[in-house]
Amino acid sequence: MKRLNLGAFAAISICAGAAAHAAQTDITVAMQLEPPHLDPTSAAAGAIDSVLYSNVFEGLTRFDADGAVIPGLAKDWEISENGLTYTFHLQEGVTFHDGTEFEASDVKFSLDRARAEDSTNAQKALFESMDTVEVVDPLTVRVTLSQPTGALLFNLAWGDAVMVAPESIDDIKSRPIGTGAFKFVNWVQGDRIEMERNSAYWGDAPALETATFRFISDPTAAFASVMAEDVDAFVGFPAPENLPQFEADPRFQVIVGSTEGETILAMNNKQPPFDNPLVRKAVAHAIDRQAIIDGAMFGLGTPIGTHFAPHNPNYVDLIDLSNFDPEKSRQLLAEAGLADGFTTTLKLPPPSYARRGGEIIAAQLREVGIQTEITNLEWAQWLEEVFRGKNFGLSIVSHTEPMDIGIYARPDYYFQYGKPDFVTIMETLNAETDPDARSALLKDAQRMIAEDHVNGYLFQLAFPTIANAKIDGLWENQPTQATDLTGVRWTE
Amino acid sequence: MTLWYSRNLLLGATLSLFFVALALISFVWTPFDVESLNIGAKLKPPGASYWLGTDHFGRDVFSMIMVGARTSIAVALVAVGIGMGVGVPLGLTAAARKGGWLDEVIMRGNDLIFAFPSLVIAILITAIAGPGAINAIIAIGIFNIPVFARLTRGAALSLWEREFILAARVCGKSRTRISVEHILPNVTNLLIVQGTIQFSLGILAEAGLSYVGLGAQPPTPSWGRMLAEAQTMVSFAPHLALVPGLAIVLTVLGLNLMGDGLRDALDPRIRVTRT
Repeated sequence: MKRLNLGAFAAISICAGAAAHAAQTDITVAMQLEPPHLDPTSAAAGAIDSVLYSNVFEGLTRFDADGAVIPGLAKDWEISENGLTYTFHLQEGVTFHDGTEFEASDVKFSLDRARAEDSTNAQKALFESMDTVEVVDPLTVRVTLSQPTGALLFNLAWGDAVMVAPESIDDIKSRPIGTGAFKFVNWVQGDRIEMERNSAYWGDAPALETATFRFISDPTAAFASVMAEDVDAFVGFPAPENLPQFEADPRFQVIVGSTEGETILAMNNKQPPFDNPLVRKAVAHAIDRQAIIDGAMFGLGTPIGTHFAPHNPNYVDLIDLSNFDPEKSRQLLAEAGLADGFTTTLKLPPPSYARRGGEIIAAQLREVGIQTEITNLEWAQWLEEVFRGKNFGLSIVSHTEPMDIGIYARPDYYFQYGKPDFVTIMETLNAETDPDARSALLKDAQRMIAEDHVNGYLFQLAFPTIANAKIDGLWENQPTQATDLTGVRWTE
Repeated sequence: MTLWYSRNLLLGATLSLFFVALALISFVWTPFDVESLNIGAKLKPPGASYWLGTDHFGRDVFSMIMVGARTSIAVALVAVGIGMGVGVPLGLTAAARKGGWLDEVIMRGNDLIFAFPSLVIAILITAIAGPGAINAIIAIGIFNIPVFARLTRGAALSLWEREFILAARVCGKSRTRISVEHILPNVTNLLIVQGTIQFSLGILAEAGLSYVGLGAQPPTPSWGRMLAEAQTMVSFAPHLALVPGLAIVLTVLGLNLMGDGLRDALDPRIRVTRT
């Protein structure tokens, strides 16, 4: 096997030699987490989208690099006066990777599958207001809503709303068939996923011919793989302390983008003493955000005062509601009848923002008399114990979905807020299509959770990408979890 | 000859005692508080105010080494205690009932534990029971049991053939009494030597478990976790990896030298040949 590989490698080298001076057309992109399977429409794991979004799978609409919603497989659409009927006109000449044609019936199939009663889609709320999906003709689809949904086009751009081929569903978790510019070729579990250019792609052909995604979870190994140029780019580089070294090295470019990841100190709102708003407020005032950003992230990250991305135009700066004030924190604890402090659990998932941030927060809380018992958990354990089991006092996690403030309306969501007033705001927002009214509602929502101190709001996660200096076209920011390679090229 | 083994013993004991002293002093005094962070003073190289520099949270590395020594020594000591406390009586019993069913049960049980690679099973135990110093102690302790049980049984078996034991039996002493009054005192030297070696292995095992995140949990400093955290910073703050690494090496080296030295000093056969 080894010899075979070497032979193949030699063949490639010879070919490359023949095509001297032509720009490279293959790329190896590394990331930390490997997808559990390859169906973005049936799992919450962001790693699936990080590999497949836009490369293999496309939706009716899509996010571009700036987070704007632009046409995808639907080239345009009409919205009825009352906002209840959307008529989508599909791109012509689109085929799935298995050769079958992409038509209106596939749209109906994909949307009906995602919103079905027994659907395992992780974001079923995206499709909640859809009443019917009808095929008008092979290139036209009509979606009728039960109530106006201002965010419908935004919702359809999510990785959870991509178009899938009906024939491919049985094997989709291991053999994804989409309409994208790259075809899935091979998945070596625990190591890499390979793709090649889709020659029948309906849109602009990508510059790359082949792409390999590699999964390297250990930060030390990640550092070594980039330094040795084993990988051409590392998206979401896990060790921020190493960035200055890459910046100083002319072989690399360091791109630090923003993400939709609100990093929070989650508090279990149903577990005493965190069911007392005074205690939550005390915790919020005990936290020094800048120390966490400097200590855990080596300066990367923007402080936030609520569960909203600061680069969003509707963001309200509410940091003053929970400024660092240990004296006030102690007073609040005394008011809550906990002048002597208390002991709670702090359960931390693997990323360094959580592990390092947790140690810093534990030290800051100790200053005001709150003792924490730190437990480090692997992701599977964290999902089991904290996210599903709700067996925690405090935890740290980054919520990376775009515009996910709606999770606060879910009373059974792991931090268990779900205040009726907040639910009302979200329901009004979902039915509202006027941009100004939507903006006002979003601001009210941010204010309510910040004033209630549902969670400790720490910082917006930064997204460092280290790439070979000759690579152009990688996304800087992460408006959704994606590694869109369609516009990536080597400059020489 | 005498000089050589006493030099071993002296060097080993000095190194070991140095770290034990650090651990003991840390109960009453450390240069800085290891639990309070000072992000502003992070990653300082060794110097006048921070003797061995500071880590990525601005904690004083020397203070962490002192408190980390406490963690390492406590875990290893209790683990060896478990091994001796359970293993020695088992070994004595097995030897006293040589060939009987009790002997079989004890020794096959020991074989069973011995058959597993110790560190891997220690990882399994802490992964199932949850990470923490207590579970690390139990995991390391369990694997010390067969070491002491076998050693005790082997030494005790040959003692059982000796005349003074025969004399004791003739006097009508019970097997249990003979084991406690005559066998145990005669295997103590062996146990001390083996205990020292196991102690050093215990320190290594604790460092290994903390390195993979299964030992003492933060904020309690531990040498293994200091090493693990230093990994991505080796290129710009090498002292963060070198200092705990050296602490582990020197402690283990010291204990091994001391074990060798003790064996030479305590083993009557060697003593006879050398005089």
